[in-house]
Amino acid sequence: MIRSLTAFLMVLTLSLAVQAVAVDEKPLADPVQEARARALMKEFRCLVCQNQSIEDSNAELAQDLRMIVRERIALGDSADNVRAYMVDRYGDWVLLNPPLKSSTIFLWASPFLVVLVILFVLVGRGRRTVAPVPLSDEETAKLAQLLEDTK
Amino acid sequence: MKRFVPLLVVSALVLLFLVMMLSDRNPNEIDSVLIGRPAPEFSLVSLKEGAPALTTADLKTGAPVLVNFFASWCVPCRAEHENLMALAGGYRVPVIGIAYKNDPDKARGFLTELGNPFSKTGLDLDGRVGIDWGVSGVPETFLIDGDGVIRYRHWGPIVGDSLTERLLPQLKALQ
Amino acid sequence: MAGEIGHFSLILALAFALIGACVPHVGARRGDVRLMVLADRAVLAQFLMAVTAFAALTYAFVTSDFSVINVAANSHSLKPMLYKISGVWGNHEGSLLFWVLILTLFGALVSWRGKNLPLRFRSRVLAVQSLLVVGFLCFILFTSNPFFRLDPAPLEGNGLNPLLQDPGLAFHPPMLYLGYVGLSIAFSFAVAALLEGEVTPLWARWVRPWALLAWVFLTGGIALGSWWAYYELGWGGWWFWDPVENASFMPWLAATALLHSAIVVEKRDALKSWTILLAIIAFSFSLLGTFLVRSGVITSVHAFATDPARGIFILGFLGLVIGGSMALYAWRAPKLSPGGLFGIVSRESGLVLNNILLSTFAAVVLVGTLYPLFVEAAGAGQITVGPPFFEFAAMVLMSPLVVALGLGPLLAWKRGKLSRATQIAFPALVVALVAGTVLVWKTAGGYVMTAFGFGLALWLIASVLLEIAGRIKLWQAPKQALSGLAKITRAQWGMSLAHAGLGVMLLGITISEAFTSEQLLVMTPGDTATIAGYDFKFDGVAPVAGPNYTAVRGFFEVSESGAVLTTLMPEDRVYTNPPMNTTEAVIYPLVSGDLYAVVGEAAGAGRWSVRLYFKPLISGLWLGALMMMIGGLFSLSDRRLRIGMPTGKRSINNPATAKRKKWVVL
Repeated sequence: MIRSLTAFLMVLTLSLAVQAVAVDEKPLADPVQEARARALMKEFRCLVCQNQSIEDSNAELAQDLRMIVRERIALGDSADNVRAYMVDRYGDWVLLNPPLKSSTIFLWASPFLVVLVILFVLVGRGRRTVAPVPLSDEETAKLAQLLEDTK
Repeated sequence: MKRFVPLLVVSALVLLFLVMMLSDRNPNEIDSVLIGRPAPEFSLVSLKEGAPALTTADLKTGAPVLVNFFASWCVPCRAEHENLMALAGGYRVPVIGIAYKNDPDKARGFLTELGNPFSKTGLDLDGRVGIDWGVSGVPETFLIDGDGVIRYRHWGPIVGDSLTERLLPQLKALQ
Repeated sequence: MAGEIGHFSLILALAFALIGACVPHVGARRGDVRLMVLADRAVLAQFLMAVTAFAALTYAFVTSDFSVINVAANSHSLKPMLYKISGVWGNHEGSLLFWVLILTLFGALVSWRGKNLPLRFRSRVLAVQSLLVVGFLCFILFTSNPFFRLDPAPLEGNGLNPLLQDPGLAFHPPMLYLGYVGLSIAFSFAVAALLEGEVTPLWARWVRPWALLAWVFLTGGIALGSWWAYYELGWGGWWFWDPVENASFMPWLAATALLHSAIVVEKRDALKSWTILLAIIAFSFSLLGTFLVRSGVITSVHAFATDPARGIFILGFLGLVIGGSMALYAWRAPKLSPGGLFGIVSRESGLVLNNILLSTFAAVVLVGTLYPLFVEAAGAGQITVGPPFFEFAAMVLMSPLVVALGLGPLLAWKRGKLSRATQIAFPALVVALVAGTVLVWKTAGGYVMTAFGFGLALWLIASVLLEIAGRIKLWQAPKQALSGLAKITRAQWGMSLAHAGLGVMLLGITISEAFTSEQLLVMTPGDTATIAGYDFKFDGVAPVAGPNYTAVRGFFEVSESGAVLTTLMPEDRVYTNPPMNTTEAVIYPLVSGDLYAVVGEAAGAGRWSVRLYFKPLISGLWLGALMMMIGGLFSLSDRRLRIGMPTGKRSINNPATAKRKKWVVL
């Protein structure tokens, strides 16, 4: 929700949106290609609105990037080529889906690592009290005595 | 031991926040990935009628050059204009201006009104060159070395102490 | 004048809060009743002062008193009255004052409703609550005072961001804040229990209604925010895994876990230190949220003007409150003796599994939200962690939760039989498998993940129904079933409703995500576009003027096989103060899904760019959230759960059962 506020602030500071030369946006004629392009657009982060994909942003730059994605797809580029094109210009920052690298290993492994930590904090606790201490000889004798008495 | 786990996690996070807040970073700024790479190839018509097209070759002058992306509709560009004039004037650095998604007449009007710091200009009407340079908004200023390699990118307007504290030291290092 | 009254009230409130935060502890230590009773008076006084201050600020906004900086910066005389009022909490300073208001409100409520809490304990709870008030008041008075004056006063204010001028958003922040701040009570109860060094089943019974109340508000607040994003932001997205959204989601997850673990404490006297930890964590997540929104460490958070001094102050406060309570936990947790036992297969174990998965998910959302910071701090460049990661985590962690959720309520307390539970739930499994298979088959092998989610949702809904059927013995004695229905307690209805709500929500999410039909078009008046069998006829546009905006309104006549359903009138608004463009999407909900239309820019020659959608079953999202909230309220109204109800202490540690093997102690 706040992404729009950010967009708003960016508009004020960079005053990018309103007065720039507008570009007509047209979907690709081939619905299969258009669907591929749309799917790809959802993977790229909008640069001026921070937490939206270029697919669902109103920003001018997002619109330009959408056109580029469509052009590339229409020219027969693969999804990987389009991603490389974007990363080449804007870095990994532009990918909403962080690629698996040495720097993101902990991120992708976090669901599994965290489960282990929480199991450690939560479940391990009582272990030491679980195993009942066996009765000593003295206690056994006492117990036998008690049982004897109640008979 | 495990009763200290939450405390450790909290301490680590507070430390991380503290470091990030005290560091001199703008969370909105996206680092340029073009640093250390040759400037992207381009060819743009000049804002000056009849002047030759602006191309990548114009950047390889053997001395540092600044490339400034600007537009007449951009308010912060007005704010930094004074500093661009100073760079081109007193500091004697060639500044090349690229009008980003700007109506050429309005861009020319902008330069007539505020003065023209640019030794050469180019018109990036559809913003494609801007995208090739990884520009996310105007103004952005690139420092190119004598071999046409991008050495530094200044994000946002060159105002306040960012001229003396950021841009000039980078420039000096190259000269 | 009002400004000065407000300012002075805040200073008085701080004085009362300081007294309330210190004196009761002295009283508790010395056993001095008079000092302990002071806690009640102090929270009441704080509340009255906070009400006065808030009323003063509201008055300044309503009368457009632009000599107050805060009003000048965030209001405008032409704004509709509703948004003048909502503007009070629509900015950094005002929202903090609102925090304090609710914080003191909850303190006063505990004092009022908790008359039968032991005095010592109550005074400790209120003292902790007062300490939180001290922190927030200092933050306001030293860094973010809403009552500062501007001289000379401007003739007109700057106005409020038009995106916030919306009924959904007028009520979203108060609701969310009630949830965030409501968790402070659970926090205060936990810290007081640590100070006293004792957690009993009674403690869980006291704290649970408060946590439940906060959870209901939090659920409502998040749902409202997401609904607002859905219709206001233009393109039909409703959740973006934005850091600020995550900041509201993490406390929700922790609170949900807390609600469930408190049951185990109450029933079995087990899981005590874990529950205390969760209560602290849930509120810590709330604090983290306010920090992220105000500190500027993360990009999304430019909701409020950021200022390093404020960031450092709130970070210090955060470190003190969370770090302090965690240190207290590390020190005192060993004193909390483990209590009752239960089998590996039992309702309690189901709740433990719920806790493991929910808290893991909360932690993973935290990791994902902050990971870009870690990477940047480590000098490894800039990365983005976007929806794909969070969706992956949700799938990995929430699917087992939903599977377990179907079975958990069917297990007996203490020692259940999995075979029996699966027997009851078997029809649900069949329903889920058949539905999933049919979906895969119908879409010729596409949408396997959708089929999985669809199956999960149906499994959950069906198993909730089967659980109710089993409870009233529908199969064994159908004739008495109806009277059995009347015997189900409100708490049980609440549980079933909330669980089914999650199922409905899941259904809405999976189906709408996969089968939304959309078209991006450039239309000329008279054109017709067909989306999912509905014909949208574009009848052109007309200019309209609102109180503080002008707009272009588009007209779309929607019909289904010739019969006209409705006319959709989306708008593209331009606000003047501050200048901004917003798209007002229009939504027409049908049982099968939502018709959704957006009108965009003029494309020349009388043509307009438009976006038209059909989003099947998306109402399931809000319906599910509503069911969860109603479920929570039902449970809250259950007599046995009434806030502060006294209850006898049952003997929990039955040594006879402790001999058996396969027991776990938590």
